[in-house]
Amino acid sequence: MGEPSPYRAVLASRVRAQFSYRVSFASDVVANVAVGVSEFAVVYVVFSRVDTLGGLDVWQAALVFALANLTFALADLAVGHLDRLPRHLRAGTLDAFLLRPASLLGQLATSEVSLKRLGRVGVALAVLVVALPRTDAPADLRTAALLVTATVGGTAVFAAVFVLAGALQFWLVEGAEAVNSITYGGSNAASYPASVFPDPLRWAFTYVVPATFVAYLPVLTLLGLPGPAGSPSWLGWCSPAAALVVAGVAGLAWRAGVRYYTGAGS
Amino acid sequence: MPTPYPALLVAGFRRFSTYRAATAAGALTNTVFGAVKAAVLVGTVAAAGGSVSGYGAAQAATFAWVTQALLAPVAVFADDELAQRVRTGDVAVDLARPVDLQLAAWADDLGRAAYTVLPRGLPPLAVGALTTGLALPGRVDGYLLAVVALALGVSISFGCRHLVNLSAFWLTDVRGLTTLYTVVATVLTGLSVPVGWFPPWLAVLAAATPFPSMLQAPVDVLTGRVAGAEALRVLATQVAWLGAVLLLGRVVLARGSRRLVVQGG
Amino acid sequence: MTRRTSPEVVLEVRDLVRDYVVRRPVGRFRRERRVVRAVDGLSLQVRAGEAVGFIGANGAGKSTTVKLLTGVLVPTSGTVRTCGLEPSRQRRELARRIGVVFGQRSQLWWDLPLAESFRLLAAIHRLPRPAWEPRLADLVDRLDLGGFLTTPVRQLSLGQRMRGEVAAALLHSPGVLLLDEPTIGLDVLASERLRRFLRSEREEHGTTLLLTTHDMGDVQRLCDRVLVVDGGRLAYDGDLPGLARRVGAQRVLVVDLAAPGPPLHVEGATVLAVEGDGLRQRLAFSPERTTAAEVLARVAAVADVRDLSVEEPDVADVVRQLYAAAAQEQRRAGDRES
Repeated sequence: MGEPSPYRAVLASRVRAQFSYRVSFASDVVANVAVGVSEFAVVYVVFSRVDTLGGLDVWQAALVFALANLTFALADLAVGHLDRLPRHLRAGTLDAFLLRPASLLGQLATSEVSLKRLGRVGVALAVLVVALPRTDAPADLRTAALLVTATVGGTAVFAAVFVLAGALQFWLVEGAEAVNSITYGGSNAASYPASVFPDPLRWAFTYVVPATFVAYLPVLTLLGLPGPAGSPSWLGWCSPAAALVVAGVAGLAWRAGVRYYTGAGS
Repeated sequence: MPTPYPALLVAGFRRFSTYRAATAAGALTNTVFGAVKAAVLVGTVAAAGGSVSGYGAAQAATFAWVTQALLAPVAVFADDELAQRVRTGDVAVDLARPVDLQLAAWADDLGRAAYTVLPRGLPPLAVGALTTGLALPGRVDGYLLAVVALALGVSISFGCRHLVNLSAFWLTDVRGLTTLYTVVATVLTGLSVPVGWFPPWLAVLAAATPFPSMLQAPVDVLTGRVAGAEALRVLATQVAWLGAVLLLGRVVLARGSRRLVVQGG
Repeated sequence: MTRRTSPEVVLEVRDLVRDYVVRRPVGRFRRERRVVRAVDGLSLQVRAGEAVGFIGANGAGKSTTVKLLTGVLVPTSGTVRTCGLEPSRQRRELARRIGVVFGQRSQLWWDLPLAESFRLLAAIHRLPRPAWEPRLADLVDRLDLGGFLTTPVRQLSLGQRMRGEVAAALLHSPGVLLLDEPTIGLDVLASERLRRFLRSEREEHGTTLLLTTHDMGDVQRLCDRVLVVDGGRLAYDGDLPGLARRVGAQRVLVVDLAAPGPPLHVEGATVLAVEGDGLRQRLAFSPERTTAAEVLARVAAVADVRDLSVEEPDVADVVRQLYAAAAQEQRRAGDRES
């Protein structure tokens, strides 16, 4: 056996630890299924009253919901704990990470994994599987490629948003919950057809927190639907690019945050 | 001898007034969610041709902002402060105090709610007023009733959250239950969508629970959706639910503390 | 200071300054921004194999200095070299060469068994199995960890956990071990056990030790050199007997009085402590200038002495006096300025 990867060893250990408390793990998964279902309740209640919302019918809207929830839950599962940085700051445990010969972000990202989020992933997948055949999406390779791109890109977008949220918490500390507006707020905004948003809101959730790239724009592209002005069809393929941009900003913010913490610059 | 509960209420207010940055952060998040909710609800009204169950575009937007404003005072989401004290056994200290645990916690929670009303409520309302506008009635008596309805809503919410926490006397881990409670409350209080928009089966289910009395009721009174005799009927329903949850809370607390005494934590 | 045989310098600090910005609420809404200087022009050198006790009052800048030496904090100005590296820039490289123990903070995974924490640390340090397994076996044996290796860290007693922390810090066989309050909260037996281990580790591997502590027992039993830091500056650098001489190697007369009374200010002695409203008083005096009998006679002239004892110089008192002298100097300096 060669040198073991430090990150993989820790991650594997976290996974084992979660399975060792089977009953509480199961109840956490069930609770997360309930979270997913309750999020869907809005779509359900709204479409019990209307046939379309923002130009999408119930199955098309369900597809937006499913993609947004799937990608957010996957990102939350992997790195959602990054936005709990203040706990480390208050307990002083961040120093322990800094005293090890590995990257701080890498260590923090792999310090936890929330497999209970699989409950929410499951709900999103179920909605996706039920809704997809009921839309006009052609059953071809392009559809598959677009869905994979959107899933990978969307997960990356939210993962980068979590890193950014963690970075901001170096400064926020006591007001750390403010980042919920970009993490959970981003996920919330991504779940609905952005065509119902007034322009400033849609602009903010496209170019500041790229929530519309995650689900709404890919679904428009998938179904060949016209979007609001200024959203050409190829934008639906662009969530990986959006993720790169957020990741770049998040990376810079993280470095600045660490420098702020260690007092290297202000 | 003076009753200690007003002092406990003030202490609850003070306790929460120290979390200033957290309060600002919460207000920001409430506002962002409010903007998305207003857009979705207004979009729904537009898709329905201008009205859903008596909600026009202005009413739908107002509903979105007011529910976000009252989310923190009503505390729709469950906490686990008391459950932790039960788990660690610290609750024995609380039970040994010469005050009634339930009444003391209630007073503390009302103090918390009183503190959060303005800092957590005004930002979403201000943004709402500036963006979509707010459709609020002009009569003063409605607002007075709304204060009563809000106090009742907070109290019912307290009663239910207290019950969730008391389950820690029997459950080793209350996390699953608090998450489930929060999930159910998010939908059935009307936080996500007005209760009046629910399809019949869900409306029946909601009406059989205290949840609509926590948030939808004070919002209805505040926005003038219900007024006069109908408003009093809403308040009467709230009072009935409050009595029921507090009574149940007393029974559960008595059983739980007996269990604590018998089994020694 | 001259050292004829000079091993390499492993810790070197020159003109080190570290400021903190603290923001405190003033009144209801305003916040005041204040710069606090935790380390103020500190310079010191530690050579390989030394065992150095770093002592000082709370807030004297000890922990900050340790953080600066390990790269957790970046200096405001001045230079730090640890094992020849610049800690904040070469933090990861440095982490392979030093071990750090924070007495009040755990680097173990609190919900995992101790053995699992060691396995993960070995992975993080990229240690090949043949390298760390014998080392761990040795540490387990000498620190007597065998009985609780499979116990989750959160269930360990403080003494057990601290032994685990020390083993974790030494798993990668660092040449330098920095300990921040390693014996804080430990009972006498547990502290002694840890000290014994640290001495043996130093004898066997020549490990350089730097420890901050409040416990003079740590210094007396472990360190051959003492650094006293006060107000972010070095107040003393030398050995323990030298420290005692520096402040006048005072002896202490402890008197128990028949009735409570005010502090006994008598010629040739200073009141160190007053207990029980003045029932017991501790008077320090310099044996070069006066004798216990003279001090006692002066005390007996003003109070009714029931019992007495004489204590030899205590390190804690010596340090306290050093501070008192420094504080007085500062006050005088302050008076001059105003």
